[in-house]
Amino acid sequence: MQFMWFTERAYHDIPEDEVIRSRSFFGLPNTHFDPKKGSDLLNQYLDEKIYSEELEEFDAVMLNEHHATPFCLGSVMDVEASVLARATKRLRIVLLGNPIPTVANPLRLAEELAMIDLISRGRLVPGFIRGAGSEQLANNANPAFNREYFDEAHDLIIQAWTRPGPFRFEGKHFHYRFVNPWVKPLQQPHPPIWIPGLVSPDTVMWCAKKRYPYIALATFLEPTTELWDIYTKTAAREGYQAGPENFGYLQPVFVAGNQQHGEEMGKRFLFGGGFAHFAKAEWMFPPGYNSKAATQRMARQFANPNLPGKSIMPSGDEEVVDVLAAKQAIYASYAETRENLQMIAGTPDHVIPRLKKVLSVLRPGIFTFWLDGPVPAKDRMECLRLLGTEVIPALREHGRALGLVDPFERKPGSRSLAASGAPDPVADVDMLQAAV
Amino acid sequence: MSAANGRLRWTERTVRVGDTELVELQAGQGKPLLVLHEEQGHPGALRWYDDLGGSRKLITPLHPGFGKTARCDWIANVRDLAAFYAAYVRSQKLEPVDVIGFSFGGWLAAEMIAMDPGLVRRAVLVAPPGIRPRAGEIFDLFRVTAKKFIQASVLEPGATAEFSSLFGGEQTPAQVEAWEDARAEIARLAWAPYLFDASLPHRLRLVAAAPTLLVWGRQDAIVPVEVCATYASSLSGSKQLVLERCGHRPEIEQRERFVKEVQSFLG
Repeated sequence: MQFMWFTERAYHDIPEDEVIRSRSFFGLPNTHFDPKKGSDLLNQYLDEKIYSEELEEFDAVMLNEHHATPFCLGSVMDVEASVLARATKRLRIVLLGNPIPTVANPLRLAEELAMIDLISRGRLVPGFIRGAGSEQLANNANPAFNREYFDEAHDLIIQAWTRPGPFRFEGKHFHYRFVNPWVKPLQQPHPPIWIPGLVSPDTVMWCAKKRYPYIALATFLEPTTELWDIYTKTAAREGYQAGPENFGYLQPVFVAGNQQHGEEMGKRFLFGGGFAHFAKAEWMFPPGYNSKAATQRMARQFANPNLPGKSIMPSGDEEVVDVLAAKQAIYASYAETRENLQMIAGTPDHVIPRLKKVLSVLRPGIFTFWLDGPVPAKDRMECLRLLGTEVIPALREHGRALGLVDPFERKPGSRSLAASGAPDPVADVDMLQAAV
Repeated sequence: MSAANGRLRWTERTVRVGDTELVELQAGQGKPLLVLHEEQGHPGALRWYDDLGGSRKLITPLHPGFGKTARCDWIANVRDLAAFYAAYVRSQKLEPVDVIGFSFGGWLAAEMIAMDPGLVRRAVLVAPPGIRPRAGEIFDLFRVTAKKFIQASVLEPGATAEFSSLFGGEQTPAQVEAWEDARAEIARLAWAPYLFDASLPHRLRLVAAAPTLLVWGRQDAIVPVEVCATYASSLSGSKQLVLERCGHRPEIEQRERFVKEVQSFLG
């Protein structure tokens, strides 16, 4: 298995009430940003990653990027990846992912990633995403062409890495008459690509066709097993048997020396509404961002013909938010969040059996711990230490017993289908009901 | 659409333009008046149609990609769409035709005039974007919900009788979907630069444009009223009508005055 960890690199010195009132981190004015604090935080987050290399059990660190939001300071994660490429020696650097529809020049991105792969001596795992709707607004990338940009930029990047230059690339949106990047990746023919996602079946099927591992980002367990099935069936149509090497899972996990302290850390993850308040609906789904089918689903959800005059789309500005009540509701959800294993917090003895259950259900070859919320730096370091010294060794042994191979142990898409042509499911749904 | 309360009877038909089956609505009798609808789609049978339909044959094509007429993949910007409608006007033997365009539809009409002034006999442009304001900004419809955009388009929604029926009043899933279709197509056509083309005033000055009536509300929150003056200076022989205490929709906010001025101008 590959074990890695992730943090959004949040900037938490912001008024929580304001985030709750607008039901969105995205959109908070950047006048709240203090460059001195930002400087300290970015260095702290890099130090943590470098520290995790000393904990020999971590295989990789994961980065992501978001724009125009205190939710994530890593707005250009390739800069952080460049630092880590030189400052670490062993960890894989996993980028999940570069929002390629928002990148005006994908050829330059191909060059950046190739340089990171060279400097890191072949430790880069790039990933590509469509980017949330808010990322399109933040970069003025036309959301109506999001999918087209994604497909075309992806093809250009792969060609830039693999096709002998110079060559021409004349797409619908991207036009190059001289593609000949001198710097190409160390990993040949190109670095392994992993793709993160939330719920989109389109993305899952695309990954299966490309034989890219799919990393589910803290999705509920049962629907995640359904996504695995979609991948596995698509893979079978492509002529291969999917396995743990095709799947990864990200989960919020907080570990401390005593149970109460771990639970308090976990509770901080809900600050400002947590991921639920990432951005307002109209910013998550700007015009044309969704497929026609997704728009139809949303129209049914938001239109209410029985209530004329009622707001048809949720929007923070149209309703007075009772901040105190909203805050109470957010934190009241904490027990349920832990109960359904959306988050696991406590001592190593508490978290290990629960994480074993998650591995038993989803059977992923890649697992990512997600550490976030306004938690003191020393607690974050202690959490990493406990993960690296107690939690991962136990999980690695469990993964070995379950046969959870990662994409480096078995190339995704390399397994033959059974003679019947019917794929074996990868997830073990029977384990959903298993006691911890 | 059905006739109700003695109002206009609308019929829907399809005409072929190039490879596209263009859906259009027709009502009324008399000399044709081409109606180019706005960015949020065709708002439905508003009362001003009834006022004009007694003396004019109203023809409202539903723009490609706005839901009803299928998307036309080669139409990438407003000039492409103007070329499409130029072909439509010629193929329907309407030229020179009287045109009334609302907001985005007004911009479209201006593009048609710049492309071929012989297409248009007289034009009424109601608060069109298409020209960058020298001060202020065109309202960013992509940052808000469709509902909010509609609310911002009228100065006093509560005091505007027809506002509640605008775009159907109650929102059904089909209505929400139609709005999203329209907004997605506007994004494809005019995401950046946002709802203007820097060359439009220059191109308008290069042609002998048809007589044009520019109608604006003084308190227009969508397209600042000062854009009216730039249009006026770019369109020789144009006339400005700026209505006090009026937003972006003079046709519903001050319908009687609007109809009177339009009838007088079109003759």
